[in-house]
Amino acid sequence: MEHIRRVLSVIVLNEDGVLSRISGLFAGRGYNIDSLTVAPIPKTNLSRLTIVTSGNAPVLEQIVKQLHKLIPTYKVIESGQFVEKELALVKIPLNEDFNGLDAMLKAYNGTIASSGEEFIVVMVADDYDRIDNFLKAVKKYNPTDIVRSGSVALDM
Amino acid sequence: MELSGSQMVIEALRKENVSVVFGYPGGAIMNVYDEVYKQNHFKHILTRHEQAAIHAADGYARASGEVGVAFVTSGPGFTNAVTGLATAYMDSIPMVVISGQVPISMIGTDAFQEIDAVGISRPCVKHNYLVKDVKDLPRILKEAFYIARSGRPGPVHVDIPKDVTAQIGHFAYPAEIKMQTYKPTYKGNPRQIKKAIEAIVASKRPVLYIGGGAINSNAAEEVREFAKICGIPAVETLMARGVMGHENPLLLGMLGMHGCYSANMAMSEADLMIAFGSRFDDRVTGKLSEFAKHAKIIHIDIDPSSIGKIVPIDYPIVGDLKNVIEAMIPLAKEHVEADRYKPWRDLLNRYNEIHPLKYEDSNEVIKPQWAIERVGELLGDKALICTDVGQHQMWSAQFYPFSYPRQWLTSGGLGTMGYGLPAALGAKVAMPEKTVINFTGDGSILMNIQELMTAVESQIPVINVILNNQFLGMVRQWQTFFYDKRYSSTDLTMQPDFVKLVESFGGRGFRVKSKEEFDKALEEAVASNTVCMIDVNVDRFENVLPMVPAGGTLYNMMLEYKE
Ligand SMILES: Cc1ncc(C[n+]2csc(CCOP(=O)(O)OP(=O)(O)O)c2C)c(N)n1
Ligand SMILES: [Mg+2]
Repeated sequence: MEHIRRVLSVIVLNEDGVLSRISGLFAGRGYNIDSLTVAPIPKTNLSRLTIVTSGNAPVLEQIVKQLHKLIPTYKVIESGQFVEKELALVKIPLNEDFNGLDAMLKAYNGTIASSGEEFIVVMVADDYDRIDNFLKAVKKYNPTDIVRSGSVALDM
Repeated sequence: MELSGSQMVIEALRKENVSVVFGYPGGAIMNVYDEVYKQNHFKHILTRHEQAAIHAADGYARASGEVGVAFVTSGPGFTNAVTGLATAYMDSIPMVVISGQVPISMIGTDAFQEIDAVGISRPCVKHNYLVKDVKDLPRILKEAFYIARSGRPGPVHVDIPKDVTAQIGHFAYPAEIKMQTYKPTYKGNPRQIKKAIEAIVASKRPVLYIGGGAINSNAAEEVREFAKICGIPAVETLMARGVMGHENPLLLGMLGMHGCYSANMAMSEADLMIAFGSRFDDRVTGKLSEFAKHAKIIHIDIDPSSIGKIVPIDYPIVGDLKNVIEAMIPLAKEHVEADRYKPWRDLLNRYNEIHPLKYEDSNEVIKPQWAIERVGELLGDKALICTDVGQHQMWSAQFYPFSYPRQWLTSGGLGTMGYGLPAALGAKVAMPEKTVINFTGDGSILMNIQELMTAVESQIPVINVILNNQFLGMVRQWQTFFYDKRYSSTDLTMQPDFVKLVESFGGRGFRVKSKEEFDKALEEAVASNTVCMIDVNVDRFENVLPMVPAGGTLYNMMLEYKE
């Protein structure tokens, strides 16, 4: 069966241990977590988790049902209509030739987030597959560190 | 009302009409036990091991349909309770288990008897709480009982730090439950129900596949009525024994690994399967690609995640089984013609005549199946039947004549040896007017043997019938069939003297080597009004048959074993 990538937006009560219920569910039942981000929803008692997972269709259906089954789960949104963005930070030594870096950052909604005596840190926020491409392209500047945030998503 | 956390626990139990608590004290829960001492709303039964306290609460819940309650202390008290929680969770049994915890200020310091209890219980309970503030305690206890008994029932664990049990707070037990995120669905979708009835009308070979949900939903009467109106033959899972009643002409028997031939053939040849609160366990389905492969499937279950988890479902209906069948009955009366399935019923009955459940009786040695049938003849519906796990459990499921739901208590999902005796204690407390029999094995009985003391002290007369084959028989059977008779670590010829053992606790023991002795021992045990142990020497090498080997197909059963 076909392996499908799926973004889930899960709204849960913002209470102790809720993250461990979710991560424990995925670990215990052998589901994949490609990325997971979580933050409280302002002015509510709720949090939003954005989970990127993958599996075949029946597995994805079970994941959604099992998430629903958790007592603190308020809502599981699995609409295809997500605005989904990821963030990457890339640390590049200053001795590199930065020829073309500006144009590349522009193309990927990027900026220079910080610069120091030995390194600069660039930041891009874009679709996850474009982040993939950016990280490939940026290799030519010999980055020393790369960090990706995992997806955040909002349903339309 | 201003109360301490401990007093709140007592008050909440009173509001929930709890009449008995099973438990075992220790440092972190002593404040609660101090209040237990002062109150007289419920009875506290001291078991001799925390695992047994949980199983006893579980047995109480299964026999009565009420929420079972248990108390344990922190650390080892709680870890001892885990097997009990997992057992109840796998079989969807409503329970509230309260554990003590080290004071909040000490959590995370590896304090004496500290363990991350909610971290451990999370995958084996329906829900759990760590109470961090006494003001949350009334709400949490209210929710705990509600969650345990509503929807798909299950155990709920509440971990209360010692300082919280001492703190004073305002106690107002919520009259109503308001949960933002938890709202089980009880009513089935009428359109889906209509489609299901249409599928039944269109079918020629329908079969009811009844699971433990029929018992949890208290739906046995509705299931029987529905089956009768439609004339649809039924099979029961291990968990559903008693739903149809053994005299019901539509009941084929138990299905699955040790199910009867006609039940497994019904599943294999059906063109429509109607799953009533069953969960397609691997011990039921055998090889999935061959399971009921000609059948469309209607699945009614209160747990949406049960539907479609193992096999794709054509007609899913989420709802409480009793509720949904009540809605189906008028439609069935109007549209379904029972006569239509007569050829199918006849065929299945013929299967049953060709290959009935059977065993070869003997006059030299007691056959375990005979002992179970004999208890059935002598006690029938006067007895509740508990079991441990192994061959004796399967024979009990096959050969006891069950007449009603909640007559049968067994650890189905987890298969927990050591369940039987403590569960029997809980069942007897719930149903004192019944004779409670625990069919057990010489292996299993030693896994909670200390509970003989509880039975004597709290005067809970249950009868343990050890089908003693001097083997871990079920494992021995697999070694015979699949491991060339290499009996690795299954020989139990080294045994205690069970008669002396039970007598040392203050109960009564009987050693039985013949049928006459068996009848006499049972009669005396029933009359004795004390905990009894009947040690029955049975044929050592008897096998549970028929059998679908793990991963085999239901239509290709091993009907007998040839050397
Ligand atoms: C706690 C636990 N440990 C191990 C097992 C594996 N097991 C299943 S049946 C069985 C043998 C049980 O022997 P006995 O109680 O004598 O019953 P018999 O099969 O002989 O009737 C074992 C070891 C189990 N189900 N539970
Ligand atoms: Mg044995």
